[in-house]
Amino acid sequence: MKPLTAFRSRTLVLPDSNIDTDRIIPARFLTTTVRKGLGRYAFNDWRYRADGSADLEFVLNRPDARDCQILIAGRNFGCGSSREHAPWALLDAGFRAVISSEIADIFRSNALQNGLLALVVLEAEHSWLLKHPGVELAIDVAGQFIELPDGGRILFELDTFTRNSLLQGMDQLDFILSQRPAIEAYEQAHA
Amino acid sequence: MQLGVRDENLRFTRYLVPENSGARHGNLAVMKPRTLFEKLWDAHLVSSQIVEAPALLYIDLHLLHEVTSPQAFAELRRRGLAVRCPQRTLATLDHSTPTLPAAADGHRPYVSDKARRQVAELRNNCRTHGIDLMDFDSEHRGIVHVIGPELGATQPGMTIVCGDSHTSTHGAFGALAFGIGTTEVGHVLASQCLLQRKPKTLAVHVVGKLGNGVGAKDLILHIIGKLGMAGGTGHVIEYRGEAIRALTMEGRMTVCNMSIEAGARAGLIAADETTFAWLQGRQRVPNGSAWEPCVDRWRQWLGDEDAVFDREISIDAAEVVPNVTWGTHPGMVSAIDAPLPAPRDALERRAYDYMQIEAGKPLAGTAVDVVFVGSCTNSRLLDLREAAAILHGRRIARHVRMLVVPGSAQIKREAEREGLHQVFLAAGAEWREPGCSMCIAMNGDMAQPGELVVSTSNRNFEGRQGRGVRTVLASPATAAACAVAGYVVDPRALAEEVAA
Repeated sequence: MKPLTAFRSRTLVLPDSNIDTDRIIPARFLTTTVRKGLGRYAFNDWRYRADGSADLEFVLNRPDARDCQILIAGRNFGCGSSREHAPWALLDAGFRAVISSEIADIFRSNALQNGLLALVVLEAEHSWLLKHPGVELAIDVAGQFIELPDGGRILFELDTFTRNSLLQGMDQLDFILSQRPAIEAYEQAHA
Repeated sequence: MQLGVRDENLRFTRYLVPENSGARHGNLAVMKPRTLFEKLWDAHLVSSQIVEAPALLYIDLHLLHEVTSPQAFAELRRRGLAVRCPQRTLATLDHSTPTLPAAADGHRPYVSDKARRQVAELRNNCRTHGIDLMDFDSEHRGIVHVIGPELGATQPGMTIVCGDSHTSTHGAFGALAFGIGTTEVGHVLASQCLLQRKPKTLAVHVVGKLGNGVGAKDLILHIIGKLGMAGGTGHVIEYRGEAIRALTMEGRMTVCNMSIEAGARAGLIAADETTFAWLQGRQRVPNGSAWEPCVDRWRQWLGDEDAVFDREISIDAAEVVPNVTWGTHPGMVSAIDAPLPAPRDALERRAYDYMQIEAGKPLAGTAVDVVFVGSCTNSRLLDLREAAAILHGRRIARHVRMLVVPGSAQIKREAEREGLHQVFLAAGAEWREPGCSMCIAMNGDMAQPGELVVSTSNRNFEGRQGRGVRTVLASPATAAACAVAGYVVDPRALAEEVAA
């Protein structure tokens, strides 16, 4: 994972609540055995009609959506299936952050493991972001804030471990494997 | 502008709460009463949660299937790592596998070459790392959350994970069981451990008795309707009370299975005599003189009487009726005959549009195209008996297609021994090979755009059972009754006919 410190992007807004991981990537695209290349299936059944043509009404298909790296989504984003293909697809589609007032547990964990910032903000902040699509935000991981165009800041929570992992691009498996003596001690005590 | 100021000191509050590990250090004086979840958590701590790092939790059983594991094995290969505990790992084939039998030449009708390759990859990975795989030639292949308990691999007091959100099913045995992502599958393969932050606890008390003709599926839909889609987020639910105690193990699995549909990480039911009786004699459970001492150990997995939950809700079992979902999320629940609620927001309006139904009218009477009995929620022998009791001596409506997909090869054999398959076939339903099938609809078993499916599975999301497909979640009895009627109907009407 590459270190993630700060970046700036315009937002794309999907205001629906409860956008589940089947919506983010339908199950029929899960027969892959690799992590890459799933961006073209992101929100597939929203983006494309049954005949395969792009639905130009859908926000992700609009020309100005192309360089948006921040997704503002309705409450309870990422609910449902534990498929990590959901954050893989979003990252591959160019997103680097998802912001909502509530994000489902497994999706949030999967996203952060892959360097996709899944950030929870307060209701009032969320509702402002939903109402201002396309606004340019700066996200600062070290400072744990989102900077608005007028300089105002929205603070977000990240536990120390996740924040440090993101900032250093640290691999969590390396950290776990460094605990081997403790794991062996546990196994011996419970043998 | 300042939209919201947050006290930065609050940021790490949850990590400053000391672990309740008094028992581990023999410090009984400060030990406060603990819930079952807290006891399971404490007992599996390799290292406690601190400000700088989450807890490291030891995993007793790791279940694998073909869809969420290939990238995890690839990561192990990339790093040259071995699987730490192959003996604590159990694999099966269920999601991508066809439910039609192999041809005479052994060729299986996979939906695509990719699906076939995914299965082949798990087979190779299991062979390379010495992991037990329930392959097509196994007597025990089946849905991952059906075979774990069936083999007795799932046991009280364990921590159990799988790259699958319905891992919560195993909580029915008093185990801490939850779904994880593929990166975490890799962590567990390599270390048998997971980094976890301690969730909160939510007690759901179900007081009183369920009425006649009302089952576990009706109950859990009722509970999700009360909690809402995100009502359990960040929590582990413990189901308690008389109505829970009265459930069979199959019913308890149905309840715990759908905990995730309320956003909860896990569902738990403390083990009791029902649990022990169900597990006795199963393949991976100690037997002979080892059985009693084993049960004595399991009996200790109970929450303290005076333990405090972060949240508690109470449900009156007598209020539960046969339920169905009317919308596009499992929390959109209604009694079959009740007028559907007026939409409260854009989301519910969208759900009514998608489902092509109207508020103010009951779902009863809505035409049904397909009926699916199966999935990790409702594909066990008792579920199949429940559906067969309705179908016995009847035929499904002419315009309805019905699939019955047993949860495992063992269930298929048992059902056939009882002649249940004859009931299904005589009624005009299809009797398939075990697998996830139309619940996740990634193996080719799916409905056509616009069709309405009454399904015993767990998710009614838009497009879940095929693009544009409308899903109504229901119990096996309700699903079978709908197949017979050809429209949505309360199964109690047909059950009374049987009795009469």
